[in-house]
Amino acid sequence: MTSICFYFQVHQPFRLRKDYDFFKIGHDFHYEDLPNNRAIMSKVADKCYRPMNQLLLDLIQRWEGRFRVAFSISGVCLEQFELYAPDVIDSFRRLVDTGCVELLSETYYHSLSSVFSPTEFTEQIHLHRQKLSDLFDYEPQVFRNTELIYSDDIAKRIEELGFRGILAEGVDRILDWRSPNYLYQPAPCRKLGLLLKNYRLSDDVAFRFSNRDWTAWPLTAPTFAHWLHQVAGNGEVINLFMDYETFGEHQWAETGIFHFMDALPGQVLAHPDFNFATPREVLGTRQPIGKLTYPHYVSWADIDRDLSAWLGNSLQDSSIERIYAIERAVKAIGDPALLHTWRKLQTSDHFYYMCTKWFADGDVHKYFNPYSSPYDAHVIYNNVLADFEQRLFQRFPSFVGESQYLS
Amino acid sequence: MRVLMFGWEFPPLISGGLGTACYGMTKHLAESGEDVIFVLPKAEGHVPRAGYQLLSANEVSEKYGNGPDYQLPSNVTILAVSSPLMPYLQEQDSIPILDRLERTYGKDGRSESIISMSGHYSHNLFEEVQRFAEVGWRLGARRDFDVIHAHDWMTFPAAVAAKQRSGRPFVAHVHATEYDRTGDNPNLHILEVERYGLHQADKIVAVSHRTKALLRERYHIPENKIEVVHNAISQEKLVDPASIRRGFQEKLVIFVGRVTLQKGPEYFLRSAAKVLKKRSNYRFVMCGAGDMLPRMIEEAAQLRIQNRFHFTGFLRGETLDRLYSMADLFVMSSVSEPFGLTPFEAMRYKVPVIVSKQTGAAELLPHAVQVDFWDLDQTAEMMINFCENRRLKSDLLQAQEHTLHAMSWRRVAEQLKLIYQKVVHV
Repeated sequence: MTSICFYFQVHQPFRLRKDYDFFKIGHDFHYEDLPNNRAIMSKVADKCYRPMNQLLLDLIQRWEGRFRVAFSISGVCLEQFELYAPDVIDSFRRLVDTGCVELLSETYYHSLSSVFSPTEFTEQIHLHRQKLSDLFDYEPQVFRNTELIYSDDIAKRIEELGFRGILAEGVDRILDWRSPNYLYQPAPCRKLGLLLKNYRLSDDVAFRFSNRDWTAWPLTAPTFAHWLHQVAGNGEVINLFMDYETFGEHQWAETGIFHFMDALPGQVLAHPDFNFATPREVLGTRQPIGKLTYPHYVSWADIDRDLSAWLGNSLQDSSIERIYAIERAVKAIGDPALLHTWRKLQTSDHFYYMCTKWFADGDVHKYFNPYSSPYDAHVIYNNVLADFEQRLFQRFPSFVGESQYLS
Repeated sequence: MRVLMFGWEFPPLISGGLGTACYGMTKHLAESGEDVIFVLPKAEGHVPRAGYQLLSANEVSEKYGNGPDYQLPSNVTILAVSSPLMPYLQEQDSIPILDRLERTYGKDGRSESIISMSGHYSHNLFEEVQRFAEVGWRLGARRDFDVIHAHDWMTFPAAVAAKQRSGRPFVAHVHATEYDRTGDNPNLHILEVERYGLHQADKIVAVSHRTKALLRERYHIPENKIEVVHNAISQEKLVDPASIRRGFQEKLVIFVGRVTLQKGPEYFLRSAAKVLKKRSNYRFVMCGAGDMLPRMIEEAAQLRIQNRFHFTGFLRGETLDRLYSMADLFVMSSVSEPFGLTPFEAMRYKVPVIVSKQTGAAELLPHAVQVDFWDLDQTAEMMINFCENRRLKSDLLQAQEHTLHAMSWRRVAEQLKLIYQKVVHV
């Protein structure tokens, strides 16, 4: 039996105002681009979240529980649903209530805290867990880190926090001759299971689906199911991990993506040795086939599949150092509003916007960048931080020495 | 007297000091009774139009907004010229320069991106210069003027053409040479146009003694052909300093100018880093756009001073004045600056200024505020001194007050009239 394991990432950041210029420092503590965030949320809700949630609910009902999927929904995205599209929360609730939908754990703020602050990392996982409990009365057991950022150290911490499994990218340089289509165990762990994304098959749907230059275009459900079936006898689980916005937003409805998904479960289940399973179910039914060591950070981003989408150039490094430099001060002060604002500024997207890789050619970074350039993103972010630091240290001058930037 | 004046930019559509200077001169020449026909390239939307278009000063300001800031007397005619050759050009080449400026900056002078280029030469600049020269040739036939006055190399071919057609004398006004703009790597084509124009001119106006010396040394212009007329400045303030609240306690040191080699932005930034090593209570602003801006933003981040070093992109009008009014110190770190209007703009708001010795502006300022652009330690020390030593600061402000008082466009207009008379009555 081979299981198809779908996991969809649902995330929207609180984007910053494009007009937060030098003159606003010390005068204006409204950092977020409310109209833009609202507009994007309502656009994506219309194009993706509402129709796709409905389709998944139909499929689950149609296949009487044989079709199953998992979601990870960031805390900042859940907050924006509550603000701008509360009905989407209800539709997720209906999905969770079917029992065929698993929710994964992640950092509430979709942050890079796993790389910069172990304490903050743990706290954000707890905040997210609390949010899932409040909204869905749900207790996650499997963890997936921001953008599938993963390393042995992260796996170890996740095991210590009591999780049963963790998700990662099936990176070639680490898998080498091995197949991603099995359950593994992180090298330093004894209980934690490791599910690896089959990026070829995942990206066929997420990226290549509407590419007319692709030899397989137009991709149909029977073809894709055929590719999946070829794994039969040679793998136990095929992990199809992708952004949820693939459906209707990255791949528009006109590309046929909804029809494709509508037909896929039937095509997959036509093979008697295939079923659908969520990560928790995979962990419950499979044994790790071996241990894998990932000494360095990997992620699912870009072709590099490392941290270079968020870190590495001076615009990014200086900004992220600056936000974590005030961690102790923000926490010692303990004002919940300040803490929340500070944490929203940790969302990985802010640093993604400052990425200068391929800035010259129009690529995916540009598509998702609300700013005109990485330089604009950096300048705006640092103007906002200047105001935030100022607010912090005006109220609590004794903490000025806490920041390496201010001592 | 009627002056046929060729310029490349005019407020409110400006990218730097040249347009402002043209405005000041034109306005005061007209106020003192001279008629001025100011000719500049412009275009009407995306539809190429043949011939040229006459716009009254009011129409220009109405069309491009910002009107009340740039009033002009009625004896100024603005000739906004769109090129007669445009139909022969590719569609993308016909996007004319003013239109481009307008789209880059928007109404309040702010652009979408802070790294938008400003004052940069377009790929088809030489064609635009050539088309403008054809306009000069056509206007030359009118002969309804006594003298031709042209500002910087882009307009020299037009002025030379007008001179050849009309036989009227031509005064070349040099605000910047190719050597100033590029260091020692001049574009040879531009240099050639510049040199040709200067040699064809009957008189040359240099904006500083520094520029005059450069014209003699690099362009071999005879000394007696060059007159120095320092620029002036409008004393008018666009914001009331009392109404500006600063959002922070730190001292504010500012740089205003194109972020490009000529202006030495990296020297300002590195001096700032030195100040920040010694003092935490300082902020710095680099205001301007240009080819070096991305590099400067990266360097500030590399030096980890981005928390105290801010970038605003290109600003003008009220927003720029707001920045001046907030500042504790203005620094001009230019590598080569024929004149440099911005220190004087800052001085209107009683902001002490430091200028590099390599600027024409230094000729009007006390020795104590001059520094070699490359001397980072000295610059950093002066930044701290002028911000923290009250006595030093008040003495400087007093001296600046005198300088500023003596700088008026009326005086510039008088000097220009004398020069016109010399060439007209040869």
